[in-house]
Amino acid sequence: MTTSSPEASSAVFEQHVIDPEICIRCNTCEATCPIGAITHDDNNYVVDADKCNACMACIAPCPTGSIDNWRTMLRDKAYSLDEQLGWEELPEQQVIEAAAAQACAAANGSGDTGNASAPVVHTGTMAMSATVPPWSAATPYTQLFGPKAAQPVAMAKVVGNQRVTEAAAHGAEDNDTHHVVLDFGDTPMPLLEGQSIGIIAPGADGKGRPHQPRQYSIASARNGERPGYNNASITVKRVLQDHNGNAVRGVASNYVCDLQVGDTVQVVGPFGASFLMPNHPGSHIVMICTGTGSAPMRAMTEWRRREAKTGKFADSQLLLFFGARSKTELPYFGPLQKLPTSLITTHLALSRESNQPKRYVQDAMLEQAAALLPLLTNPNAYFYVCGLKAMEAGVLHALEHICTQNGLDWPNISAEMKAKGRLHLETY
Amino acid sequence: MSGINYSEKIPNNVNLSDDRTLQRALEQWQPNFINWWDDMGPDGSTNMDVYLRTAVSVDPQGWAQFGHVKMRDYRWGIFLNPGQDDRTIHFGDHKGEKVWNDVPGEYRANLRRIIVTQGDTEPASVEQQRHLGGTAPSLYDLRNLFQINVEEGRHLWAMVYLLHKHFGRDGREEADALLQRNSGDQDNPRILGAFNEETPDWLSFFMFTYFTDRDGKFQLCALAESSFEPLARTTKFMLTEEAHHMFVGESGISRTIQRTCQVMNELKTDDVNKLRAAGVIDLPTIQRYLNFHFSVTIDLFGADESSNAATFYSTGIKGRYEETKRDDDHVLKDRTYPVLELKDGQLVQKEVPMLNALNEVLRDDYIKDSVGGVERWNKVITKAGIDFQLRVPHKAFNRNIGALAGANVTPAGEVVSEAEWRLRVGEWMPGTEDRAFIASLMHRVVEPGKYANWIAPPAVGINRQDANFEYVRFN
Ligand SMILES: Cc1cc2nc3c(=O)[nH]c(=O)nc-3n(C[C@H](O)[C@H](O)[C@H](O)COP(=O)(O)OP(=O)(O)OC[C@H]3O[C@@H](n4cnc5c(N)ncnc54)[C@H](O)[C@@H]3O)c2cc1C
Ligand code: SF4
Ligand code: SF4
Repeated sequence: MTTSSPEASSAVFEQHVIDPEICIRCNTCEATCPIGAITHDDNNYVVDADKCNACMACIAPCPTGSIDNWRTMLRDKAYSLDEQLGWEELPEQQVIEAAAAQACAAANGSGDTGNASAPVVHTGTMAMSATVPPWSAATPYTQLFGPKAAQPVAMAKVVGNQRVTEAAAHGAEDNDTHHVVLDFGDTPMPLLEGQSIGIIAPGADGKGRPHQPRQYSIASARNGERPGYNNASITVKRVLQDHNGNAVRGVASNYVCDLQVGDTVQVVGPFGASFLMPNHPGSHIVMICTGTGSAPMRAMTEWRRREAKTGKFADSQLLLFFGARSKTELPYFGPLQKLPTSLITTHLALSRESNQPKRYVQDAMLEQAAALLPLLTNPNAYFYVCGLKAMEAGVLHALEHICTQNGLDWPNISAEMKAKGRLHLETY
Repeated sequence: MSGINYSEKIPNNVNLSDDRTLQRALEQWQPNFINWWDDMGPDGSTNMDVYLRTAVSVDPQGWAQFGHVKMRDYRWGIFLNPGQDDRTIHFGDHKGEKVWNDVPGEYRANLRRIIVTQGDTEPASVEQQRHLGGTAPSLYDLRNLFQINVEEGRHLWAMVYLLHKHFGRDGREEADALLQRNSGDQDNPRILGAFNEETPDWLSFFMFTYFTDRDGKFQLCALAESSFEPLARTTKFMLTEEAHHMFVGESGISRTIQRTCQVMNELKTDDVNKLRAAGVIDLPTIQRYLNFHFSVTIDLFGADESSNAATFYSTGIKGRYEETKRDDDHVLKDRTYPVLELKDGQLVQKEVPMLNALNEVLRDDYIKDSVGGVERWNKVITKAGIDFQLRVPHKAFNRNIGALAGANVTPAGEVVSEAEWRLRVGEWMPGTEDRAFIASLMHRVVEPGKYANWIAPPAVGINRQDANFEYVRFN
């Protein structure tokens, strides 16, 4: 491996790996990869980290999905071919050392990857996400508070906690999303729309260690939930099930949802240096979200609303695709309805509204292909995707479909969007 | 018929809209194909919307478009992998010459025969599987069955294209005959024996897609080496689809095993009767199905010594699996290869000229590949902490073609008397009772996210869809 500079040697990257328990050794990927990054022996098919450029050409043709696996790694600790050839199963994602991750962030201008204090979820499609912010984004501060910072935590006071979704049929706790306002008093906490903070729940985990912080996107604009105050809001959904549908009470989300006004909370962060909004006149924002993924979208929309009176964004479009199971589960549904159509165009996609066919965000996007198509190639249009991990593939497929249907080359366009900070994915 | 919008209806990269002759030929064939599909395609599926993957071009972006489609409206396309301008023939007597874009007159009959034989297997599998939809263990599995069916249909199109484009009137007749023969038909059966066997249940289906579609992979790989460029390029593209079929087989059996192991652990038993009563398929039964399908499939490679195979190779029509990756002279005139024969009641190896043993070479490559997957099934058993291993039977077990046809050899490779074979065959191959038991488990499960009791859910959804995604919508 060529590691000339110290930055490069500690750089964090997404290593492309194949799940040996699911792969059927059909050779499709090896035959597809345009640059010969895939090889095999009698045991396994493996990807050469020195060669693979994450072009994604092999992803769709693989019949099993085993090829679409990624591990956040330090460059110089990448799994070698020999190691991978010996695998019987895929190793777990390792926690990346914070120092190295920060060195990487400093080197490539991104703080999004591999915060030790808040592991980020990665999928294959994440490799499409930009690691640079839009050129006109404001400069973010990151990691002012955390294990490696001078001060490990900031204390914030709860000044508001309000439920923003209706109680659903299955009881008061079902589908329970809260809008929580935190005041930082005289502790400096500069935040931009699209960034997140980490919250540490009190107490200890099963092994007696303090809880890891959980990340929550900022739902308020840069000058505060209430303009001119050192406060910010977050949107938190009570987790009652794990991703497989088994009952578990999420540690941090339940703690936050149950907070009372006047309680104090331990906060780390801010996190995120690329999922940031453009600030130049004429810049368009396309927001695609489900559930609490609406938090950063609310923040960006609110900042544009506050800026509206300057006239700077008169020629800018805000386009929102918002998915939920039903209207009652849409956070901020009421306030969203009150926004003027001159500011924002909203397309809802409800998947479980009775008497209506299922609609997912990607369906709404495909319907709006005519509006999205010119924006995909417009250098002033920026796309943001946020919400549950399951939505990501569908959204990317929709964008791809809109391109290919119209004779545009999606691999080129998405690569360009990634390079120019025009496509941002944040799913969890 | 009113004519077809070619690029929309038949996605293709063979310039179909510019080729009047080909268009006319396909226009005549296409309605017969649809009639055949209606008569012999998946039973009772006409109104279902199925979440299918459609190829609209050969590049990675174009060949996996997902959406709900009625199978009858599936866009059966004609695709050739992109060609290389300067490809030369890399094996046989013509080694070093330029590849052929037209059929050389002297090889016409052989090439046609190969294409017809390959083409005949494609509609045959659809026919063999046509009743399976009625007992699918989940929507996910039902969708996979249908995906395989439409792709077999597309492979048929691929071969029909070659026949129409390159073989004139004979080609058109052969293309018609592909729709006239029917699997298991007494008077007009499919060309190869294994394709006249029934696929009565899902265990057989998974075994078939694991073992028999893998035969497809090896045949296609050997054809993808062909000096006849259109054949090489067509089969290369077909291989990417064949991979999905093998996946359905490999993961289907793996999920069946996983579920069985789970129940074995829950009930803390390996008692076959208790497991059957609990509604899962005991591992010895899986072994018997494996023995049967493996032995029937390795017969598909043909006789161990074959002068046809030698001719196909020397004339450059059909290469070996991964021909380019082998480091010999690629002419093979003075090489030998060991084949098995039965001599004085003993299995012995004899060396024969390699050119004549090329069927055996391909069979051995296939066996190695099959064994790999069986070992992956064994990992599922080991991981569950159960002391049992599945084994691929001996190459001479239950053979009906070639020198080993009729030899009485046990799965372990022991030669036994005819009488002993008859007495013990029920230990090694599924009997009436096994088949009845498997049949008793076959009930259709159509609630999204639900699976029949005998099979575990898949590890990942198709196109990463949710667990309770509606892969098939019934209208
Ligand atoms: C960059 C980023 C931004 C985020 N922004 C927000 C936000 O704005 N609002 C918000 O509510 N959440 C957000 N999250 C998710 C959040 O960080 C937590 O993962 C979530 O609140 C669950 O934490 P917990 O402590 O309650 O559950 P845990 O105790 O950590 O987990 C309990 C179980 O729930 C599963 N689980 C974890 N997260 C989820 C989930 N989101 N849905 C279903 N099951 C889950 C886990 O697999 C585990 O099995 C964000 C995550 C990231 C990485
Ligand atoms: S992502 Fe691209 S470069 Fe990497 S292995 Fe797949 S096809 Fe090859
Ligand atoms: S295409 Fe997928 S299943 Fe096939 S060898 Fe590659 S990773 Fe394995």
